[in-house]
This record gives sequence, C-alpha cells and structure tokens, in this order.
Amino acid sequence: MQPEGVTRIVVDDSRAGPVCGPAGARPGASCGPGMDLPPELPEHRPSGGERRARFITISDREIRPLYGPEDVAGLDAEEDLGLPGEYPYTRGVYPTMYRGRLWTMRQFAGFGTAEQSNARYKYLLNHGQTGLSVAFDFPTLLGLDSDNPRSEGEVGRLGVAVDTLADMELLFDGIPLDKVSTSMTINAPAAVVWAMYIAVAEKQGVPSEALTGTIQNDILKEYTAQKTFIFPPTPSMRLITDTFAFGAERVPQWNTISISGYHIREAGSTAVQELAFTLADGFEYVRAGKAAGLDVDAFAPRLSFFFNSHSDFFEEIAKYRAARRIWARGMKERYGAKDPRSWMLRFHTQTAGVSLTAQQPENNIARTAYQALAAVLGGTQSLHTNSMDEAMALPGEKAVKIALRTQQVLAEETGVTNTIDPLAGSYFVEHLTDQMEKEALAYFDRIEALGGVVPAIEKGFFQREIADAAYRYQRQVQSGELSVVGVNRFVEKDRARIELMKVSPEVEGRQLARLAEVKAKRDAGAVRDVLTEVRATARGRGNLMPVFLRAVKAYASLGEIVDVLREEFGTYREPAIF
Amino acid sequence: MTQGKVRVLVAKPGLDSHDRGAKVIARAYRDAGMEVVYTGLHQSPEEIVEAAVQEDVDVVALSILSGAHLALVAKVVGLLRGRQVDDVLLLVGGIIPDEDVEPLKAAGAAGAFGPGSNLDEIVAFTLANIRRRGA
Repeated sequence: MQPEGVTRIVVDDSRAGPVCGPAGARPGASCGPGMDLPPELPEHRPSGGERRARFITISDREIRPLYGPEDVAGLDAEEDLGLPGEYPYTRGVYPTMYRGRLWTMRQFAGFGTAEQSNARYKYLLNHGQTGLSVAFDFPTLLGLDSDNPRSEGEVGRLGVAVDTLADMELLFDGIPLDKVSTSMTINAPAAVVWAMYIAVAEKQGVPSEALTGTIQNDILKEYTAQKTFIFPPTPSMRLITDTFAFGAERVPQWNTISISGYHIREAGSTAVQELAFTLADGFEYVRAGKAAGLDVDAFAPRLSFFFNSHSDFFEEIAKYRAARRIWARGMKERYGAKDPRSWMLRFHTQTAGVSLTAQQPENNIARTAYQALAAVLGGTQSLHTNSMDEAMALPGEKAVKIALRTQQVLAEETGVTNTIDPLAGSYFVEHLTDQMEKEALAYFDRIEALGGVVPAIEKGFFQREIADAAYRYQRQVQSGELSVVGVNRFVEKDRARIELMKVSPEVEGRQLARLAEVKAKRDAGAVRDVLTEVRATARGRGNLMPVFLRAVKAYASLGEIVDVLREEFGTYREPAIF
Repeated sequence: MTQGKVRVLVAKPGLDSHDRGAKVIARAYRDAGMEVVYTGLHQSPEEIVEAAVQEDVDVVALSILSGAHLALVAKVVGLLRGRQVDDVLLLVGGIIPDEDVEPLKAAGAAGAFGPGSNLDEIVAFTLANIRRRGA
C-alpha cells in the first residue's frame, strides 16, 4: 500500500536517520562534531557550471546571475525614487530616517493572566524595549469570554485573556500610557478593546488625545489569512470606519488600523502576494472611509501597515520599497489625498514566524537576525524579532531577550543606520523593486475584475492563491529545491533541547474567578441598560465607539458586547478551501 | 485490497485559526489519490466526530497549533468510541513537542507529526496504517 519511492516511515524527526546534505541523499552517512566525514566532499565546479538548475527565491522567483545597467534603464531617479521623506517615498518616509530616530523595538507578547503579561511588559521595557505589543488569547480575539464553553482549554494559552476593563487595568498597571506606545493585535472586536484601552488611560489621568499606538483592526486579511473573523464583511467595515472617525476626532495620534501582510505571508503567500493583497486591502479601507463620508486626509495619515520579513533577503527589501511607492502613487493619483502624510506608508515588521524550525532551534537566532537586517534596510518604523523557541512555544524570557538584543546589536553596532536606503541604485534591488511593483499592479487588476476585495474574498480568490503558494513551497522543500537548514539540509540526529515556556493550566481557573468577581460586583442594571444602548446603536447608523466606551466603563464584558453585535450583525462562515 | 478511494477527514478543532498546515496536508492527501474532506475552522470535537461518521472516513487527521492537543485528542477518541467507531486511523499534526508524542499515542493517536514533518512520509505512514477497507 505504499506509494512508489517511499520506503522509510518516520513518525517524528528525532528518529529520522542521520543525513548529511540534501534530504535522503546519503542515508547512513553521518556528519557533525565527532562523527565521520561525509563519504563525498563537495566537488569544485569547473568554471561556468552552476550548483542548481534554477536559482529561485522562496517565492519561486527566478533570479539571474547578474544584473546591470540595462535592468534599470527605465528608472527615473527623481520620479521613481525621489529623496527620503519625499514623494513617492521609495527611499523612506522620513528625511533623516534612523539618523533622526531608530525604529521602535516592539516585541509581541502576552500570555496567561493580565498580571503575568504585565510582568513580561515591564521586563521588556527594563531591557530597553521602546514600545509594547499585546498578544491576546484566542477567546479574546474571537470576542468570547473566558467562561464561554467554547473557550475551555484556550484561556491565556496563546496570549493574554481579557474579559473586562478590570483585566486591562491590571495589564497596564504601572505602565504610563502617555509615555509608552502600545500596539494591540486585535481585529474583529478591536473597537471594543480599544475602548477599554482609552478607558484605562483615562483612569491613569491620560487624555485620549495623548495616546499613541496601534490597533490592528484589519478585518479583510482575517477572511483571507489570519481567520479570527466574527461578523460578515459589511458590518465589520462599519466598525472600522467608526474607529477611523472616532480616532480622527478624539485620538488623533493613534494608528486606527495596521493593514497587515504579515499573516498573509505566514499563511503561505509569496512576497508579491503579500505586497499586492495588503495594499489592495489598504485601498479598500480608503474607499470605505470615503464612502462613509470621511475626508480622505482626515483618516489616511493614521493608516499604518505591517509586513513580514522572510528569509529571502533582497526580495524582502525590494518589497518594502515597492510598497511605499505604490501606496504614495495610489493615494495621490487615484484617491485624491493632498496631505503628504496620507501618501506615506509607515510600517511595522515582524520576522517570519513560519521560517523558524523546531529542529536545531538556536539556528533561528541567525535566521531572525538576517530577516531583521532586511527590514531595517527596507526602512521599517518598528520591528519585532522572533525568539528562537517560537516554533514550539510562546517565547521564554531568555529567548525573548536574545531576540531583543539582536535588534540592539543591529541598531548600535553594525552601522547600517548611518546612511539612508543604502541599496538604492543597486541594479538588482532597483530592478526587483520595479518588478514587484508591476506584479502587484497586475494583481490589482485581477482583484478589480472579480469585483473588488470583498467579492474576491467571497469567491475564495485570495485563499486559493495563498493555498497554492503554500503547497508549492512545501513541495519545493520536500524535493530539496529549497533548503531549510536542520530540516532538509545539515540534519542532525539528536534534537537539541531548549527550555520551553508553558502556560500553567491554573491560569484558566484564576481568570474565571476574576470574571465571576467582576460580574458580581458591577451594577447589573447599568450593564443591562448600556447593552441595550449598544444594540440600538448597532441597528442605527451612529458611531459605535462612544457607546462601547460607556459599556466597558460599566464593566460589561467583551463577550457580552460582542454577543449583542453577533445578534445584530450575524456571523461569518468561511468557504473551506484548500 | 482497498475498495475505492481512501477517505480522509482533515479537521481543525478548537478556536485555533492557524490553517496553513491543515490545507497543505489536505492537498498532499488529495495528490496521493485520496478523497479529502476539510472541516474548516473552529470545529468542536463533537462536530468532528459527527463529520467522520457521516462521511464514513478511514482517517481523521487533526491539525492543532494551540497547544491543546492532549485534551482535544482524548476528547475525539472518547467520542469516536462512544459511536462504536474503532477502526478509524487517528492522526494529529501541529505544534507537538517531542515529549507529547508518546502520551498522544497512549491516548489513541496512531501518529503525531510536529513542525518540519515530511509530507511524503505522512502520506506513506497513513497508507501503511489504515485499518479499514481490508487494507
């Protein structure tokens, strides 16, 4: 019953035979310290011969051996590149870039209860981190309280559990919200969680006008990649434009959305798909804001972006440069933005979680460092570097410190911050930037032909494109066409053991006890009244943010508020495409 | 010998939304000539077992990246037994630490595949261990 060519059955890697070189190439050979040399040493290639039939990026882009002046013949330095801080911002959004201010070092963190996560934030701030980034658990991301039966076993597991304002008060206890900027990865229920943050700041005596930070609030990529959606697209877009309008008026320094390619890439897309789908989403939010009656320059300066930094170095750098140029041109020429801040694509970067390997986990430190360098050479505004243990668990303290130190070494020692956009003018990088821009524009045409972003989601277009790319990549790793050190190259028999962080099962009990206590103490009548108000506003057309603020201050829970919205808006069920 | 195609249910239990691995393995099974049913996200163990019975599958492949694999596998096994289904091959993949592989097998999973697993080996293991259809 076995397919041809498969003779070995291996359940887990630790029992795989020792292999040196491409997977399966020399079964029985061993390598590594204290072992025999592999039977064949690599041959020296005669001149003209090449090691591979095709040289490709991890996105299956074929790369030529040499690029020259003819590859940038169409490039107009003034029109296509400009100066840093000037349209079309290919070279960076600020005139001084890292000479003026380094990127924000912002490690995504959150687990267990609010107290545990608060301790981790203080640990990171004490080690030189410059901004916070909150990871919520799955129940919170899906608008479920910890006491919902569906939350069982998931409370505090992959992020921090937040049910009510009481949790947010503990989460930011002792952290001055007028001095620290906070990014929150929350999407479908983002408006409610943002209301909690604003309420906590108010209790600290910090007015909303002084707050800086970001809510991810990017629902479109949830349908295509991250998959923590709740409501259908139309009411979801309304929640988002409500935050745009409220932010413009009351929280003017806040990024009301972080339009994210990160998850699209993690789900398996190519670099160009990440670029194209993210920017297509971005322009869709601009259209939605305008359709809601907002002036484009009132909200567009607060749109921010979030990209992945994967392992193919130059392709990533070109992606960031192309992204800035496409956004600037689109906003100015197509969407009529007049404020230069509306043209600027500012972005956060996270190194590629999906590139981390469980095999030889210390290698992940090197991978992450190269990816971080690509993000910085691409002009990122803030950066998260993954920890070496994240293929297996949430990061432990030591691992996260090494990841932060990796950024600090990059910023303080390598000198790459001394000059702006140092790769500009490189035949290869400029050619690649231009190619990726063209390919992204071609995707825009295809999306438009399907009727726009939302119809394309409903037809499964993005999901299928991403699944195709993910499968092709896996097959290329399988065949050895793409190398992953420790997985299909330089495999070691023994697994390196590193200490992994575990979230204690008692967390759930503690969280349930706190929620019960909050529910017992609050004014039940006030909660009932404000939930009725949430329902009435949801049925009408008014901005939901003010009523969310009143609801969270009455200690209505996230689940209670979202349940009302579920009843009014309905829920979304995805087409299961593979 | 086998009667008809091997039928596989690829399922995503719990709130975990990481579906890249589930989709990749679903395609690998389909490319290997099997009939694949993918549940989509956010399924309860009850829904998964119901789908396994309704679809009359030979294999149930759970994809779990939330860390909740031990509890979820035990639940699915219990529910399968409750429905007198004892010849379905149960597999689990995802973020499975080495030390959890044996407990998962003790709980009733025939194989557990962590990060970096080889697609062809998973397919071969599946074919070699199917218990139904006279294989």
